[in-house]
Amino acid sequence: MEITEKKAVFSMSDTESVKAVNFRTWQQKLREYKHQPLSLFLKLLMLLAILLSAGMLVLLIGSILIKGIPSLIAYFPSIFSWTYTSENVSMTPAIVNTVIMTILSLLISVPIGIFAAIYLAEYAKRGSRLVKIIRITAETLSGIPSIVYGLFGYLLFVIALGLGYSLISGVVTLSIMILPLIIRTTEEALLSVPDSYREGSFGLGAGRLRTVFKVVLPSAVPGILAGVILAIGRIVGESAALIFTAGTYAAVPDGLTDSARTLSVHMYALLSEGLYTEQAYAAAVVLLVLVIGINALSGFAAKKLLRSGN
Amino acid sequence: MQKAKENIMHVVFLVSACISVIAVITICVFLFINGIPAIGEIGVFDFLLGKSWKPLENQFGIFPMIVGSLYVTAGAILTGVPIGLLCAVYMAKFCPKKLYKILKPAIELMAGIPSIVYGFFGLMVIVPFMQDCTGTGKSMLTASVLLGVMILPTIIGVAESAIRAVPESYYEGSLALGATSERSVFFATLPAAKTGIMSGVILGIGRAVGETMAVVMVCGNQSILPERITSGVRTLTANIVLEMGYAADLHRDALIATAVVLFVFILLMNTLFSVLKSRSKN
Repeated sequence: MEITEKKAVFSMSDTESVKAVNFRTWQQKLREYKHQPLSLFLKLLMLLAILLSAGMLVLLIGSILIKGIPSLIAYFPSIFSWTYTSENVSMTPAIVNTVIMTILSLLISVPIGIFAAIYLAEYAKRGSRLVKIIRITAETLSGIPSIVYGLFGYLLFVIALGLGYSLISGVVTLSIMILPLIIRTTEEALLSVPDSYREGSFGLGAGRLRTVFKVVLPSAVPGILAGVILAIGRIVGESAALIFTAGTYAAVPDGLTDSARTLSVHMYALLSEGLYTEQAYAAAVVLLVLVIGINALSGFAAKKLLRSGN
Repeated sequence: MQKAKENIMHVVFLVSACISVIAVITICVFLFINGIPAIGEIGVFDFLLGKSWKPLENQFGIFPMIVGSLYVTAGAILTGVPIGLLCAVYMAKFCPKKLYKILKPAIELMAGIPSIVYGFFGLMVIVPFMQDCTGTGKSMLTASVLLGVMILPTIIGVAESAIRAVPESYYEGSLALGATSERSVFFATLPAAKTGIMSGVILGIGRAVGETMAVVMVCGNQSILPERITSGVRTLTANIVLEMGYAADLHRDALIATAVVLFVFILLMNTLFSVLKSRSKN
C-alpha cells in the first residue's frame, strides 16, 4: 500500500510533489502556530486588513444600492425625464452630457495618445533626452490633481480664450487629463508585442509605417482598449476638473460652447444644494453601475490581451 | 511617395509625443502667471504663514489650509498604509488563487469609483458614524479615514508589484533557515521591497493631497487651525472648490495662488517618486 502511494507521488510533476510534501491540514497548521505566536499574529493582521478593505468596498456599494435603488424606483420615471427642472431634478441631461463629453474627449486624446505611444515605443531611440523629457512630463501630468486641471482649464479656455463655461472647455481639459493614461497603457501594449512580429514584417519588405499600422497596432488592440476603457471610467467619474470648465448647467447643450454638467457634476450640484439627497442617491446608483460595468469591460479586455500574448 | 508618407507620419508621431510636454509647460505658465502676482501682492509670508483667511477683509493667509492638508494626508497615510501594506503582502504571498481572482478586481474597482461617490458615502455613512462615536461628524478624523480608504488601491497596487519583484530566493532562503512563511515574508521579502513600497506611499500622498470632491464633503471646511483631531479643517483643494464659484479680483487670484502651492507640492512629490523609482530599478 505504502509503495503504491510513493510511486504516485513521484510520478507527479515537480511542483506538485513539493506541494504534496508540504501539505498540512489546518489542525497541523494551528498546532504549529501555537509555538509561533508572532506568525499567527501577522497572519491574523493580514486577514483583518483584507476583511477591512473588502468590507469597506462592500459597505460602500451596499449602502448606496440599498438606499439608492428604492429612491430610484420612487422617482421613476420622472427622474429620467428629458428636461431638468428644480421640481424634478432629472438626471437624463446629465447622462447624455456624460456620453457626449466622453466621446469628444476620447476623440481628441486617443489618437494623440496612441501616436505619442507609437513614437515612444517604435520610433524614438532608447535613452534619448527627448524621450526622457516626454516620460517625465507624462508622469507629471498623471500626478496633477484634478482640481488643478480644473483651474487651469478655467484660466486658459474659459477666461483667456473666452470660451466661457462650455462643453468644449471641459472636453479639452479632460483630454489633457487622460492623455498620460492612454500613452502609458498603449506603450505597454506596444512593447508587449514580440519583436519577431516586427522582424517578420520588415523581412517581407514592409516599411516602418506599414509595420506599425498593419502588424504591431492590431496585436496591441486589447491592451489599448483596456486603457481607453479605464480612461472612460476617469471621465465618467470626474467632477473637480469640470465644475469650473464645463460648468453645471443641467440641459443637453445645443453646441460646443454651451455649459453642460455630467453625471458626477450633477451629483455634486445636488449635494451642494442640500435638498436632493434621495435624488443624489439615485444618481450615485447609476454612476456606480456605470463604473462597475466599465471596470468589468476593462478587465475583460486585459484578459484577452493576456490570452493573445501567450 | 511612400518615403514622404513615412516622414510625414514620423513628424505626426513626434508632435503627438510632444503634446504632453507642451501641456505641462502651458499649465505651469498659466498657473504661475495668474498666481504669483497675487502672492506678491499679499506678501509671501502673509500668504503662506498668515493664520486668517477672511476674503471680505482682504486677509488671505492659507496657513490653516496648508496645515489642514498636511494633517488630513498624514491621517490618511496612518490609516491607509498599514492596511494597504498588509493587504498587498497577503495578496502577493498568501492569497489562494480563487480568492485572488475576486480580490484583484475588487481593488481595481475601488480605484475606479469616482471621488464624488466616495464623498457621498463618507457624508452618508462615515459622518453619522463619527458623530455617534466622537461627537463631531465632519472632522479631520473623518476625512483621514475616508482618504485612507481612497488611497488603499494605489498603495496595494504598487506595494504588491514591489513585493512580487523581490526574488523568490529571499523567501526560500529564510524558509530553509527554519523561519515560518509569515516571518520569511515580513522579515526577508518585505525589507527588500522597501523602495518600491515607499514609492507607493508617495504616490498615495500625492493622491491624498490632491483629492478634492470627497474631502470637501466630510472635512467640515472651517478655515481655522484645527485644535483637536475631531475639529473640522479645510484643505487647500477644498478651499479652491468652495470659493472659486463666486470669487473675484484678488480673492480669485489668491485661490489660484492656492492652486500654485498645491501644484508645487505635487511637483515635489512627483520628483521624489521618480527618484525612488529609478533607484528601485537599479
